[in-house]
Formats: sequence, C-alpha cells, structure tokens
Amino acid sequence: MAEIIEKFITTDQIKTDEYLVNMGPQHPSTHGVLRLLVKLEGEIVHNVEPHVGYIHSGIEKMTESLTYPQIPHLTDRMDYLSAHMNNEAVCLCVENALQVEVPERVKYIRTIFDELQRLASHQLWWCASGMDLGALTAFFYGLRDREDILDIFEETCGARLTLNYTVPGGVMFDIHPNFQRKVKAFITKFKKILPEYDKLLTGNIIFQNRTKGVGILSKEDAIAFGVTGPTGRASGFSCDVRKHHPYSAYPYIKFDEKVGTDGDCFMRWKLRMDEMWESLHIIEQLIDNIPEGEIALKMKGVVKLPEGEFYQRVETARGELGVYIVSDGKKNPYRVKFRSPGFSNLFAINHIAKNWKIADLVAIMATFDLVIPDIDR
Amino acid sequence: MTNEQLIDHLSKAYPDTVAKQGNQYLEITVPKELLHTFMLNIKSDPNLAFDYLFCESGVDYPAFIQVVYHLESTKHKHYLVVKANTENRETPVLDTVADIWPTAEFHEDEIFDLLGINFNNHPHLRRLFLDDTWGFPLRKDFHDDIHVVER
Repeated sequence: MAEIIEKFITTDQIKTDEYLVNMGPQHPSTHGVLRLLVKLEGEIVHNVEPHVGYIHSGIEKMTESLTYPQIPHLTDRMDYLSAHMNNEAVCLCVENALQVEVPERVKYIRTIFDELQRLASHQLWWCASGMDLGALTAFFYGLRDREDILDIFEETCGARLTLNYTVPGGVMFDIHPNFQRKVKAFITKFKKILPEYDKLLTGNIIFQNRTKGVGILSKEDAIAFGVTGPTGRASGFSCDVRKHHPYSAYPYIKFDEKVGTDGDCFMRWKLRMDEMWESLHIIEQLIDNIPEGEIALKMKGVVKLPEGEFYQRVETARGELGVYIVSDGKKNPYRVKFRSPGFSNLFAINHIAKNWKIADLVAIMATFDLVIPDIDR
Repeated sequence: MTNEQLIDHLSKAYPDTVAKQGNQYLEITVPKELLHTFMLNIKSDPNLAFDYLFCESGVDYPAFIQVVYHLESTKHKHYLVVKANTENRETPVLDTVADIWPTAEFHEDEIFDLLGINFNNHPHLRRLFLDDTWGFPLRKDFHDDIHVVER
C-alpha cells in the first residue's frame, strides 16, 4: 500500500496548482483577528503572508495627547495577557527618566505581580494551544487554574484582566491582607497541578508526533528576525531581559534563564512549561520577604520628563517589550513607540512554516503564543 | 567594547558621522547616503557585530523626519542607536536595511504606513495597519476631519 501511495506522490498525477487561502480573520487558531494569506499546493504551505491591522487602535498616536500618568492605562489593552508588565514598562521608563527610585516594597510587589501574570498568561497559552492541536480537555483545566490567579488580582486591585495597578512612582493601593496567604496557597496547589499538565499533553505520543521536529527556527534566524521571549530562547537565543537588564526586584533573586537548543515546536512548549516552574520559584523567594514601607513616591501633580530620549526594556510573557519615549520637556510625550514582542515574532512565521503542512502551521502558531492586540497596537 | 572605544572606532572609520553619548545608549547620526554601507559594515565587522535590531522607529521632528535604529550585539553585549534623517517631507526616501536584518522589513512597513517614509530596495513595501484612505497619522501635521473630533 505504502509503495502505491509513494508512486502517486512522486509522479505528477496528483499534482495541483498553487492556490491562495485566507486563514482568518475569524479563525479559532489565530486567537484574534489575524488574517494569514496562505499559498498552498495541496496541503503544503509555500508562502504565508500575515495581514494585520484589524484591531489597530492607534495607541502610539493617542499617547501623544496624554500625560505620563495616563499612558499606562492604555498599555494594558495592548497585550492583555501581560497587562501588568506593559504598565510596568511605561512606569519604569518614566521613573528612569526622572531619575527617581521607587521604594523597595513597590519593587517586590511589582515583581510578584509580574510573575503571577506570567503564570496566568502561560496557563492560558497552554490550554489554548492544546485546543489548537485538538486536545479540548486541556482548555478546561487551564482556565480553571487561571481563575485562582485572577481572583488574587481582583482582591488586591479590583480588576482581573486590565489591572492598571502600577502607576509612575509606585503602585495604586497596598496589597490586600490576604494576598500573601492566598499566593502561598496557590503555589502549593499549582505545584501539584503542573505535573498533571505534563501527564495530559507533554508525554502524549500523538502530541509529540505533532510537535517534535516541526517548525524549526535556528538561533541565527531568531536573532535576525528579533524573535524574543520563550520562543526565541527555545532556539538558543539567550534574550531574557530579566537576566540581562534586571529591573524591579529581579537583581535580588536567584533564577535560571531557561535556554533550549532545538528550536522546534516541542522545545518552545517545553520551555514555557519550565518557565512556569521558574516563576513559582521566583515568587517563593519574594513572597515572605516583602519589606515594610511606602507603596508610592510622592510625585508632582504634573509629571514632566526632561528633554531627551528614553528606552526601557521589560520581559513580558511573550518576549521583550520596549518603550521608547521622545520627550520635549512638556507634560505630554513628543513620540512614544512600543516595540511589541508579538510584532517581531509573528513575521518569522513565513520563514518557518514554508514546506510544512497546513496542520503544522497551526502547531507553529500555537507555540508562538500570539496575542493580536499586541501586534496591532 | 565600551562606549568610548566604540566612539573611537566609529569616528576613525566614518569621519562623516556624529557620535554622542545619549541618556542610555551611544547615539550616532549617519548621512542618509552612507546609511546602507554603514549598517552593512557594523553588522559584518567582527569587532562590532551588531546582529540584533531590537527596535526601529520613526519620529517626525519639525526640521526633518528621522528613523531610529536600536542595535545590540549579542556577542559583545554593546549597544548603538543609529539615526538617519530626511528633510524632504513630500517624498521622504531612505535606504532599506531589510536585507541586513530581516525583522526590519516589517518595522519599515509600519514606518511607511504611519509616517510615509519610502524605503529604497524594500522587498515588499505595503501599508501594514491602515488602508490607502488614511494619511500618515504619526506626522505632526496630520489632520483627519472624518475620524477625529476636536473639542
């Protein structure tokens, strides 16, 4: 039988013409309104051209008419799964420009929130990409466990998704009295659940066949395309901003930067699973040692940045977020640019997905962890 | 290399450029005619090896439109901000660096879309977010009567 199929494939008998297919904008595996114009021959992908901009909201233009304390409130609409890191990026940029240092307590709170947010984001990525690959059960487990983190957020700052917790100079409110107890309870619980995640998917032979050796991105290409975050690190590109340009409380703690070698879908998967363990490890080091003190600096009513250019890099759940502020000394910025991780990551897809089947394109997109508002901004 | 060594190295090799220490990074302004050769050299020079373009943005200043390239060397761990200006507001043109860093292709699409800068030899220049009915929103003289209500 196999020989007959082989014979058909090698001869021109079943050769078809190239044709174009729109994948999206309303497609479940694009996780938002992204349109991929896919050039196919049979089910082999020859070219992928991403068309973005369906939810372009002009955040960079809007910031030019806002004051610095107002800008963070827009940024959590960019990458809504890393809302707190986006807020923090702008706040750190403003604080560095003003050359002020926030109290130690704020640094610790921000870092714990960062890592909780990273966990919540990776949980959603885990369950949604499981669903992309045909494992629907994972979706329910992931969302169930993410709920615990969102409840912790809600108790402290009142919001579950768009936190707006960090402001230039500090945080808005002090942590809730239950915060430490609940985070510790969550860590104990989640440490038992994480091995279940592995049992459910990582060890599954069908899952491994769909991901191992599929969609390989080399280290050189990852650097050239600016692919960062877990996706870039799976290719061996050491790009963790927390390690290379530490901010907030990251200089005080010990953690490993997970770097992979293979650069295939399975490695990207494995790396995010390892990062979840690392995040738990980081929170454990901080949660009992939050120093007492102020929760915010006394800032002036009108925040004016000195003239010049300021750049701040922050590691979100998806990769390196850069905030580039050009200031002319007024209360509004002259120009703000967000270098979003999803934007650079997305456009490496054409390079990777060539000559793979269309089902593999879904696997590649799932392990790239795309969030569309992050790309469109 | 430290920033002093970088300034030394670059000012010897490129007397036309102006390098100065900015708030965080070393900033260098390159004449637009030199841009492509300069970029090609700082990537291929083993002592500089700027292989990672982590941000490319356009800024509209009153006198000129500027494209800012944030570069990092993953090998030597040093940083450089390259700036190129174009005074022509009607048809601003710069050379593309998409053949040097593939990620620039899409950053340049975005700059073309929002600031209207054309890039020479760009493989596939297109409007990324907006359609052709829009002007160039990030220009300071942008006025949109349809979508923007001014109070």
